[in-house]
Amino acid sequence: MASYSTNEFKAGLKVMLDNDPCAIIENEFVKPGKGQAFNRVKIRNLKTGRVIERTFKSGESLEGADVVDVDMQYLYSDGQFRHFMVPDTFEQYQCDEKVVGDAGKWLKDQDSCTVTLWNDSPLAISPANFVELAIIETDPGVRGDTSGGGGKPATLETGAVVRVPLFVQQGEVIKVDTRTGEYVSRVKE
Amino acid sequence: MLADIRRFFAERSVLEVETPLLSHGIGTDPQLEFFTTEYRLPPLQQTLFLQTSPEFAMKRLLAAGSGSIYQICKAFRNGESGRFHNPEFTMLEWYRVGFKLPQLMDEVADLIGGVFNGHRSLQTTQRFSYQEIFLSFTGLDPLAFSYQDYCAFALDNQLPEAVDICGHDHAIWLDFIFSHKVQPHLGENTLCMVYGYPACQSSLARINEHNSLVTDRVELFINGIELGNGFYELADAQEQVRRFDEELSIREQRKLPVTVKDRHLIAALESGLPECSGIAIGLDRLLMLLSDSPAIDDVLGFPIDRA
Repeated sequence: MASYSTNEFKAGLKVMLDNDPCAIIENEFVKPGKGQAFNRVKIRNLKTGRVIERTFKSGESLEGADVVDVDMQYLYSDGQFRHFMVPDTFEQYQCDEKVVGDAGKWLKDQDSCTVTLWNDSPLAISPANFVELAIIETDPGVRGDTSGGGGKPATLETGAVVRVPLFVQQGEVIKVDTRTGEYVSRVKE
Repeated sequence: MLADIRRFFAERSVLEVETPLLSHGIGTDPQLEFFTTEYRLPPLQQTLFLQTSPEFAMKRLLAAGSGSIYQICKAFRNGESGRFHNPEFTMLEWYRVGFKLPQLMDEVADLIGGVFNGHRSLQTTQRFSYQEIFLSFTGLDPLAFSYQDYCAFALDNQLPEAVDICGHDHAIWLDFIFSHKVQPHLGENTLCMVYGYPACQSSLARINEHNSLVTDRVELFINGIELGNGFYELADAQEQVRRFDEELSIREQRKLPVTVKDRHLIAALESGLPECSGIAIGLDRLLMLLSDSPAIDDVLGFPIDRA
């Protein structure tokens, strides 16, 4: 893999830092008129998702990281691993729950999602921004309820729990924004 | 802004001058990278340098008896590009014969106040010694280097990488800590002048006559942005040669491009530079502050990427 100098650090560049793959978020050139030049870099660790700030001496370089995002279809869970497939090549990847993390609660069989591969093994899963899932359990609505008011919790087919308006019933399919975990609308079947 | 500046100096009878941007010599400062170019007049072929500041040529004018002078010109620094840097930028540099640093600082405050007048109101100008401001933000003494204390400070402030970057180099430690932990807080909506830099960061300033640990150098900050740098100018030719040699040997150690000592400057100092103080201000950054622009590219017609 090529290595990149601080001058090439642009948002989105994937590099290795402390043996973990990371993505550059922001890079600021700091140089006192009569002093040493530094680059103050904001960087996200792609394994943990944590964002850190790190300073480099200008001109230092980091090894690039072989990280790519691939659209895949979620196939099934065998209890221990989740399985994904690249639709074009039918190539399959398996991935343990630790890597899937929070994304797991939005994954329904056959849905598509983005898998981040590092050296060809899954590093992180991001669900689609919006998913459509059926409600398997929620309190029945009371007559007179409108879309206003506090809402109620509803458990979805994937196990996720979201707050929905009081008029939404068990068995209905709803659209959810996975970035915020919020209910968007009902989906007409 | 340029008209305001020219009027300011005209009222004070400071002469506007022009000096070459292209010159046979260049500063030896190991922190400044320069542009070189080839001058061809067959059979003559010579490497010339684009100036990182007009300082040397202006000092030659001073030594020749010009009296107080100022210049607005382009300056070139290779490899500097970022939110506050463009490799080609505009500089205001002036020298006041007979001024010591405090008088020059008064004049800077007047100039900046005048330029901001009608655009933005600034709070009262602040003046701090480097030692006092460094101590108050970090608890560390910048004049006495304690490797253990500096490392402990870095670790306590989530800057562990500083230990590797700075090693046992006091000057780099000061640059690192100052730029990360002190500078961002300086001059909130006001002009902040920091004077009395540690002797290891003296550049072309004189060592203070009462305290040999500090140097008569001043830096200007507004809203955490470094605006300018001034000195009570070093006039001792021998001391200048010594500092050139020291910087050249650092350049050699770091495998940086070699430069030559500017023989004209040394000759000028030998013939006698009058007692004077001088300062340079980055006008692009001043314009950024006047127009409340977040990046230098916003105040340049064509930043380097589009030049």
